[in-house]
Amino acid sequence: MNSEQINTKKSRSIIVSDGACVELGNDLVLDDVTFSIDQGKKVAVVGPNGGGKSTLFNAIVGLLPLANGSIKIDGKNPQEAKSLISYVPQKDFMNRSFPITVNQVVGMGLVDKNTFFNSNNRESKNKISTSLKSVGLLDQIDTNINNLSGGQFQRVLIARALTQNAQIILLDEAFSAVDVGAQEDIMNIINKNDLDSKTVLIATHDINNLEERFDEVLCLNRHCCAYGKPSEVLTEKVIEEMYGSHSAMFKNHTLNSHGETND
Amino acid sequence: MIEAILEPFKYDFMIRSLVTAIASGTMLSLLGPFAVNRNMGFMADAMAHATLPIIAVGVFFGFSISELGVPASVLIAIFLGFIIKNTNIGEDTAIGIIFSSFFALGFVLISILDVTINLEDLLFGQILAVSTFDVFIVVGMCLVVLGTMIIFYKQLLFYSFDPIGAEVKGLNISFLNYLFMILLSVAIVASLQTVGIILVLSMLLIPAAASKLVTNTFNSSIRISIVFGVFSSVTGLYLSYFFNLPSGPSMSLVATSIFGLSFMISKIKRVKT
Repeated sequence: MNSEQINTKKSRSIIVSDGACVELGNDLVLDDVTFSIDQGKKVAVVGPNGGGKSTLFNAIVGLLPLANGSIKIDGKNPQEAKSLISYVPQKDFMNRSFPITVNQVVGMGLVDKNTFFNSNNRESKNKISTSLKSVGLLDQIDTNINNLSGGQFQRVLIARALTQNAQIILLDEAFSAVDVGAQEDIMNIINKNDLDSKTVLIATHDINNLEERFDEVLCLNRHCCAYGKPSEVLTEKVIEEMYGSHSAMFKNHTLNSHGETND
Repeated sequence: MIEAILEPFKYDFMIRSLVTAIASGTMLSLLGPFAVNRNMGFMADAMAHATLPIIAVGVFFGFSISELGVPASVLIAIFLGFIIKNTNIGEDTAIGIIFSSFFALGFVLISILDVTINLEDLLFGQILAVSTFDVFIVVGMCLVVLGTMIIFYKQLLFYSFDPIGAEVKGLNISFLNYLFMILLSVAIVASLQTVGIILVLSMLLIPAAASKLVTNTFNSSIRISIVFGVFSSVTGLYLSYFFNLPSGPSMSLVATSIFGLSFMISKIKRVKT
């Protein structure tokens, strides 16, 4: 493969949202959201609480219908693209009291509506251990998920997405209740070579360190305030548009300025 | 000793009771770990209580409780599932309303229709009275529950652990939800003669809760739960025979004793590590 081919492959749009609108009740939670994400990009989805981050994810995976506009996943409608996507919802939506093992959770990446009985063949066992190796948790394969830290649990769910061989991985609030070291572990995994071709979207409140961690950032406050490289996109104007009067809190803590004044 | 163990089984009714006890113990304690980890105890209790009006009307028209079992359990499961999904007053509240109103309706119907039902047997179980037909029904239901759980185990586990992830993965979660509700309802209704409306909950929850204390993985908690459940129901049956006790409470108390022991074992283990 010559470099030109690689380039065309890399710049292929995999998630295209064109004027997407989502209504919940009478509330327009997403209003005319337009962006296009290329394959392989690692994207932070930022915005205030209630800004529509989770709603956007739900629309991308086809759990919520669009009131207007369209979202295409690799050219297909979300409903038809389910096998391409692995979705990790916020922790609260998972029943972590279930005393299942890491092996079982990662194996769920291979379960679909035609999966019957409780057996793992050699091929699926190999897939599970390869994915766990990628996230550095192969030694925890038989551990009960109750005994994992928040960061390890997120890594197990990334391994589940790898087992599924999903092209797109959506992580909702992957960094909440996870310490900085564990956040770095997650980012190192996502930026590893094995995940080069995977498109990863992480919804987060945290707008610090975005440019070191992500290729692109999608700023969302009901509409798409901005999309592009973190260093170009996160201007004061955009931050104010997202966080309104609270933007002063972030003002001196972005763009590597960390408390220094920019002017 | 062996003579004492075998002595009750020179009577046919005791053989019938034993088979019924094993079948009830197996299906309830197989579903138990799912019910416990999904916090469905209240729902299960409501399913048991909601059978009363159906039994009252059915018996009035000349059906036996066993004959009513399957249609009653499917009706209750679908009705409960529908109400919870389509009201936004909160799951617990919706269950509570159905639970109490159905139970009340049952008593009123029994009184109005003047049905001859031994209420004490229905509430607390009377396994020694099961007929051969009852045995076939209970064993049949047990095999259906067992087979369905074996076939859909992975899908049900995925759905129970991460319903949103399962839906995104393309699993039919509405089907899985109703499937589990129907299985639970079938197991509960089929076990009414063994442990009764009020105590059926103990056979569903206690073996599963005890197994959760002594093991660390879900697969083994199911196996251990079944061992505890069958042991409780069979031992309860013996106690019921030798000491002329009602079967439901005996089984329930054996299960509670196992829970107590498991609790102590888990505490000792924790202290040691």
